Amino acid sequence: MTTITEIAILVLAAFVGFEVISKVPNTLHTPLMSGTNAIHGIVVLGGLLLMHEAHGVLEHALLVIAIAFGTINIVGGFVVTDRMLAMFKRKPDLPEAAAPEELEGGGK
Amino acid sequence: MIATIFLQQANFIDACYIVAFSLFIYGMSGLTGPRTAVRGNMIAAVGMLIAIIATLLTPHVLSGSSTPWLIALGLVIGTAIGLPAARNVKMTAMPQMVALFNGVGGGAVAIIAWIEYRHHFQSGLSFWVEKSQIPTLFAAIVGSISFWGSNIAFGKLQEILPGRPIKLPGQSAINGVLFVICVGSAIVLAAGVHSQALFIIGILFAAALLGNMVVLPIGGADMPVVISLLNAATGLSAAATGIALNNTAMIVGGMIVGASGSILTNLMAKAMNRSVPAIVAGGFGGAIAAPAGAPGAEDRGPVRSTSAQDVAIQLSYARQVVIAPGYGMAVAQAQHAVRELERALEAKGVEVKFAIHPVAGRMPGHMNVLLAEADVPYDLLREMDEINPEFPRTDVTLVIGANDVTNPAAKNEPGSPIYGMPILEVDRSGAVIVLKRSMASGFAGIDNPLFYDPKTALLFGDAKQSVSDITSEVHAL
Repeated sequence: MTTITEIAILVLAAFVGFEVISKVPNTLHTPLMSGTNAIHGIVVLGGLLLMHEAHGVLEHALLVIAIAFGTINIVGGFVVTDRMLAMFKRKPDLPEAAAPEELEGGGK
Repeated sequence: MIATIFLQQANFIDACYIVAFSLFIYGMSGLTGPRTAVRGNMIAAVGMLIAIIATLLTPHVLSGSSTPWLIALGLVIGTAIGLPAARNVKMTAMPQMVALFNGVGGGAVAIIAWIEYRHHFQSGLSFWVEKSQIPTLFAAIVGSISFWGSNIAFGKLQEILPGRPIKLPGQSAINGVLFVICVGSAIVLAAGVHSQALFIIGILFAAALLGNMVVLPIGGADMPVVISLLNAATGLSAAATGIALNNTAMIVGGMIVGASGSILTNLMAKAMNRSVPAIVAGGFGGAIAAPAGAPGAEDRGPVRSTSAQDVAIQLSYARQVVIAPGYGMAVAQAQHAVRELERALEAKGVEVKFAIHPVAGRMPGHMNVLLAEADVPYDLLREMDEINPEFPRTDVTLVIGANDVTNPAAKNEPGSPIYGMPILEVDRSGAVIVLKRSMASGFAGIDNPLFYDPKTALLFGDAKQSVSDITSEVHAL
């Protein structure tokens, strides 16, 4: 892919990003932040793609760290966002049963 | 024919990336409403899974005897740290969590840029120099700033570091020099100087210092802006890495994060009536040092303190009560107690609403998450612009651990450091009750004339305890 194509993708993504994100209500800004945390975990792909080209202990160790960092973002980000968003759902009586454990963790 | 081309591996993998980033965008658009948001988050997660699987299917990615194990090791370590952290973090600690996640994201970008640089320099590909050098250098600088800046922000929020601004003499000059070193070295490198391995370390190091220096002087109250800004930086650096590595999923994913961070940064800065450069240049620090002209605490007259019982009576006989929560509610973990009070008052026929200032707390939407955790229905939550016209019709406003966002000095005292910041106009309601730990001023260190207003009464003590006391008094009435 040429650089110019990639820059075109970048610019279009910026417009789409602004369009979509500006519609997110204030109420959901914290989950939005943790959700975008998860998405920038996409950098893990960089670690995956470079690992087989790495030479020496330093590079291998650094890439393991980079992959671990990216994975923390992905796993942590999506899980914590899910936890938060579940609280925003208007709760009928049913999920109440699942809630106490969560409340205990969060409201001590 | 088309099917065969499609299934050729390179095209297939690119197609997977397209599916992945489409799912990111579609998932994020689910965040526009609480009902669709959980599903949106899941959809984005599926997109991420597809992107990772596609990458692992790319030819050579798993080649070499140790490669698959090292990749697995990284994934396992990351999951082992990320999963319990995400499961157990308290909602009140979300700002720290987000800051830390930002930091590790920036750290990953910086490491990848560094390796990328080492590798391609050694293999001496001239093509690479033209194509990927600039995005890689950008990623190295911004990733490193974001890593260190986020860690400092985390330290401040976790109260490992003091929340008040830490300033060195000549701070802005030092920052300027560091910035010039970063950009200058990057230009020298791009122009093709020989001791490249050293230069890239120098860049990472200068950027690390810069990250520290930029965030250290920023006060706790400016944290919502800082966190959003670092979020945007991490996203942009990820997008730059995507260009360097020819990876569309990284470009689009990173850019969405960049856009989101930028939007939030702007919203937060606007809600404080401050420009982003002014905040980055150094918090409220300078302004507090010179309170000259503003009346001191002793000139304002006495404060009136009250008891839980009196508050309960006032609230129970009100027609409309507005609760304005702030960071103090988070610190005291008082959200569940507040929900109890709201229920008790509603049982007495009092109309209760919550007034949410955009920068209440330490990150965008912080209060909303806490109240959602405590099961407060979100149709009781009002944003600043909606609630402000209602204050004159409100009998009692209960301010729980909020200070600067209710400070009338922002409207009335042109000398005040927060003058011009839009506030919750609680002083226009019939009576104001402020729950406070002590007479210490807020994070910004600015005196609040609201406390000395004749119609304000203060209830001292831990917010959670105070709210519980009020609730039991309300029940007793």
